[in-house]
Amino acid sequence: MQWLDLLSDYTFQNVVIGASLLGLISGPLGCFAVLRRQSLLGDAISHAALPGVCLSFIITGSRDMGSVIIGSLATGSLAALTMLLLTRKSRLKTDAALGICLSIFFAIGIVLLTYIQGTNNASQGGLEAFLFGQAAATLRSDLWVMGSITLVTLTLLAIFWKQAKLVTFDGQYARSLGMPVNAIEAALTAMVALAVVVGLQMVGVILMAAMIVAPAAAARQWSRHLGGMLVIAAGIGIVSGVSGATISTLSRGLATGPLVILTATAIVIISLALAPGRGLLWGFIKHYRQKEALQKQQLLYALYKHPSASQHYRTTFGVRRVLSQLKRQGYLIRSPDGGTGWALTSRGEKAAKQVVATFEEVVT
Amino acid sequence: MATPATTDTALSIQNLTVSYHNQPVLWDINLEIPTGVMAGIVGPNGAGKSTLIKSLLELVPSLSGEVMVHGRPYASQRRRVGYVPQRSSVDWDFPTTALDVVTMGLYGRLGWLRRPGRKEREESLEALEMVGMSAYADRQISQLSGGQQQRVFLARALVQQADVYFLDEPMAGVDATTERAIIDILRRLRDAGKTLIVVHHDLQTVRNYFDWLLLLNVRVIASGKAEDVFNIDYLRQAYGGQIALLNDSDALMFTASKVK
Repeated sequence: MQWLDLLSDYTFQNVVIGASLLGLISGPLGCFAVLRRQSLLGDAISHAALPGVCLSFIITGSRDMGSVIIGSLATGSLAALTMLLLTRKSRLKTDAALGICLSIFFAIGIVLLTYIQGTNNASQGGLEAFLFGQAAATLRSDLWVMGSITLVTLTLLAIFWKQAKLVTFDGQYARSLGMPVNAIEAALTAMVALAVVVGLQMVGVILMAAMIVAPAAAARQWSRHLGGMLVIAAGIGIVSGVSGATISTLSRGLATGPLVILTATAIVIISLALAPGRGLLWGFIKHYRQKEALQKQQLLYALYKHPSASQHYRTTFGVRRVLSQLKRQGYLIRSPDGGTGWALTSRGEKAAKQVVATFEEVVT
Repeated sequence: MATPATTDTALSIQNLTVSYHNQPVLWDINLEIPTGVMAGIVGPNGAGKSTLIKSLLELVPSLSGEVMVHGRPYASQRRRVGYVPQRSSVDWDFPTTALDVVTMGLYGRLGWLRRPGRKEREESLEALEMVGMSAYADRQISQLSGGQQQRVFLARALVQQADVYFLDEPMAGVDATTERAIIDILRRLRDAGKTLIVVHHDLQTVRNYFDWLLLLNVRVIASGKAEDVFNIDYLRQAYGGQIALLNDSDALMFTASKVK
């Protein structure tokens, strides 16, 4: 049994649990990032984590999870702060400030990375895995760290749910109620940084932003409440994590991180297209139905008000289609005098009277 | 909640100055608004109308100034103050319902950890009823029209059961029916002894709506009873050359209007 082998495989278990934890934390926090229009902040933080990872390696000489987390949190939040300062104090707009921070910090990270590789330190092997993630290298001890971070963040979110929601929706109003808005916003941003840190090992600094944005963007399509959106985003995060990990293990050698991201993206595309109410397909159907209903009403109205003019109706394909549809539904017949015109049946007359009545009601 | 205090000044401002970068936005504002009036804040674009409200509520920092609500500093009187921000200040695609937005008005009272329960739900429904929106309680806010969104914002302030309400352009971009409804509600509140302070941009309706006026253009041009303040000399001072009075009627028109 291939599946049983797979499930009892130690590495696979680690990868799947890690990917699920990542989905569980990045989905809900991503929702807040997306709704606060800070999706790209996650991108800046994750790219800026690279110099932190390298620095912590240079200082401690090892790449254990604890020091990596502290290092990446430090440079990640430094980047976020720099970005805030740039937008507040200079004339740069948010996107430009983000772009600058992201590239500078990432460039420093790459320089440090190549420096470390040049020193021929034996234990540096695999440090470049943080670029694209190396899920298979996940250890049980890493999982405990990831799990604790996830648990603490989600608990905080549950306790301060009201505050997080109101600050995200209407910060000024929250301030007028006396909430410490700056502190809550800072906490939310810090949590995004934590989510990024959790994902470093799995998907790497470059693709991590997608894990923040994609589940949230997809979840928004399916939900009507913030709570629902968070739960769905967590679900989508877990599903893409687990399926990405499974595909990667089954296909021997394909990178896990990118596969997780691709799965999440696929879910986003499906959600954008199909979600009831907000999806593209839904919009098409609604538009088409409304157009059809309107044409029917207008034709019935015209036939009722100007029955003799119906000889001239055969002009366009669209009109002919609606006419034959109305005939099939028993509203119309070919006019009895044998001409090319149309006449209303008794049923059609009733419907037409209704249309006329509502139309005249609207006018008056 | 609390009954109006013995003092009959709802809002008093001393020496309020606000600046943005090196530009003064509000300059030495001194103002007293009595209890139980519907006060309009009127002035040209860039006069600092919204900034005045926001700096009173400590949403934008002020350089100097003392704000008293019913005789005590604003910071200790938050519960007695309700705020209706501009409708355009939030993203209406936020995933939530009208009822939920209204319930947010109770978050201040609920404190840090308590969650809204059945009682809060009842109160919010009542407020929606007052603004004629109870049929839309479970509607997504993104599906509401501009006027309906404005009413939801009003209901959110109503559940606060405040004594002094600040409204930032509540009539901007709403249809005539909604404007009517909003004015009716505001008048009812005033008749119940509340004080309403409304940023307004439509000079045509000023005389009709408000019994107390503040004409603002960075400084206070004039303030007091509407019939005393609303005259052409003060208006010219506030609006500069942008205004003209038609000879045979009281109608005021913008000649070089920059209305958003």
